[in-house]
Amino acid sequence: MNIHEYQAKDILRSYGVAVPGGKVAFSADEAEAIAKEMGGDIFVVKAQIHAGGRGKGGGVKLAKSVAEVRELADQMLGMTLVTHQTGPEGKTVHRVLIAEGVDIARELYLGIVLDRSVSKLVVMASTEGGVEIETVAEETPEKIYKEYIDPQTDMQPFQARRLAFKLGLEGDQIKHATKFILQLYSAFTETDASLMEINPLVVTPAGEVLALDAKIGFDDNALYRHKNIAEMRDTNEEDPLEVRASEHHLNYIKLDGNVGCMVNGAGLAMATMDIIKLAGGMPANFLDVGGGANVETVRNGFEIILSDPNVKAVLVNIFGGIVRCDRVANGIIEAAKSIDLSVPLVVRLEGTNAKEARELLANSDMNFEVASSLEEAAEKVVALI
Amino acid sequence: MSIIVDENSRIVVQGITGKEGSFHAGQMIEYGTKVVAGVTPGKGGSKFQDSVPIYNTVKEAVDATQANVSIVFVPPRFAPDAIYEAADAGVETVVCITEGIPARDMLNVYNYLKSTKTRMIGPNCPGIMSPGKCKVGIMPAFIHEQGTIGVISRSGTLTYEAVHQLTRVGLGQTTCIGIGGDPVIGTRYIDCLELFKDDDETEAVIMIGEIGGTAEEEAAEWIKENFNKPVVAFIAGQTAPPGKRMGHAGAIISGGKGTAAEKMAALRAAGIHVCESPADMGKTVAKVLGK
Repeated sequence: MNIHEYQAKDILRSYGVAVPGGKVAFSADEAEAIAKEMGGDIFVVKAQIHAGGRGKGGGVKLAKSVAEVRELADQMLGMTLVTHQTGPEGKTVHRVLIAEGVDIARELYLGIVLDRSVSKLVVMASTEGGVEIETVAEETPEKIYKEYIDPQTDMQPFQARRLAFKLGLEGDQIKHATKFILQLYSAFTETDASLMEINPLVVTPAGEVLALDAKIGFDDNALYRHKNIAEMRDTNEEDPLEVRASEHHLNYIKLDGNVGCMVNGAGLAMATMDIIKLAGGMPANFLDVGGGANVETVRNGFEIILSDPNVKAVLVNIFGGIVRCDRVANGIIEAAKSIDLSVPLVVRLEGTNAKEARELLANSDMNFEVASSLEEAAEKVVALI
Repeated sequence: MSIIVDENSRIVVQGITGKEGSFHAGQMIEYGTKVVAGVTPGKGGSKFQDSVPIYNTVKEAVDATQANVSIVFVPPRFAPDAIYEAADAGVETVVCITEGIPARDMLNVYNYLKSTKTRMIGPNCPGIMSPGKCKVGIMPAFIHEQGTIGVISRSGTLTYEAVHQLTRVGLGQTTCIGIGGDPVIGTRYIDCLELFKDDDETEAVIMIGEIGGTAEEEAAEWIKENFNKPVVAFIAGQTAPPGKRMGHAGAIISGGKGTAAEKMAALRAAGIHVCESPADMGKTVAKVLGK
């Protein structure tokens, strides 16, 4: 799960990580009130969407007065912000962060992520702040410094210090940065984060070390033990169909194609998308209905797939292992009868009792196309679009 | 031969009285697997299907039955504890089927297990099966056949698809291992390949991968240097968009890394036969072996 920058900063603040002052506003009035209370003569108004590259898209602006904060907030709220991460359709801004202006001496990078190849957390720092870390990794990988953390000892101060020295910090900056890094690491493990990025991490002329921006992603599997974080979910940032699917506990991801698909198992679902493309179509979605594939799941799945107006045909691909194909077939028939199935449907059932299942489908009064192999299923469904 | 589990494996089922655990323990027994014990805290002294003794702790089960392989059917929040308990009791292999365990918990488990002799398979996997010998998992037994192909996969039903295709073209399997779809897993491609390398009966290996992480690339590199049996691969998610988690916790393209295209290129560069279509997995193995 992803959250907004202001939420990330609130969490970090609660773990003692140094973050510039700021508050979220949902209206120009609120923005004005926050700026007034904050005081000072320089503010930053930042559009809150779950995508990077906001600055270049016009979603981060400086204001030199409370009146200007109001004006900028008014412009940003409701605007469609397009960045390289939002896609051409962009995202609507519903919230803005009003933050204190900060004097910047240096811009650095700090990130924590799970390194899957060694099964350890890695804390990464770089002198190249304000640039995407992927670009730095590509062009100047020697400018990224890493510390791998043994979960049995957690991050030790010497590791944070080593990063601070490598970043070329000196004097009190070392102390501030070491504390910052260790607090960030605690915040990461205690909240079950899956990613934290502070980009840029800034050093002020006075030697303070602050998180000018903050991005946090969380491990969905651990949200059950962080109710406060789970409540930060902003469904405005998600595709409406994906939100609906998640309410039915369905694993659905919307794509741009025209062939809907419903599959049991994530790997097979991806493989089904792939074979649709190889056959000359384009998948409209990823949908894993899990092991059971009962009537209700299948019905909810159909309803969600068919809510996408681009869908011209649907492919159901179920590999019945423990679950018997004839039962799945009955589920499909019943589900299809209970909804308005407005597009052609190709069903491929393989595994336990597959033959009986195919007969059930063929003999039903529904207009199913039945396929036995993956290849045949993909060819049939693409021919129908 | 086979790897990791065979006809002599003695299985203890952790969570044997739960819905999943009891169903699959029954299926495993039906296949002829030696399920020697079950564990459910508080139900020690009773029996599963009137024959398999149930113990309160894994240690008791191991002491009484010499179980050497454990399979874990325990909900996500209790599964790490179940794995620690299995390792503490000294089982050689613990197969964790459970999906949805927090990554932080698995990081702790993984790094702890390095100081023990216990191998973990999974989590979030269908288990491991050596056809004709034993089944330690939730896979449908009837699609398998004893033979000469090693199967390693991050997926569940896609593995069944591959096994089914192999059996259809007349190629049985030595051992099929579902290594799991999570970012932190106990046994990786390379661990399995090392074992298949020394298994005389395994003629060829099929690797089924998917987007996310770099495990396939690392395996490709290792195969180039160390493995001289034919390898066929398929990578799921050629059409998956970046930044979206495709069902499995580990199936995500992040920061432009972990795409199917990169993995396929790395595998090809290592001399591995990569199928573009999931419909060609069985056929390709047959072709590579000249069968």
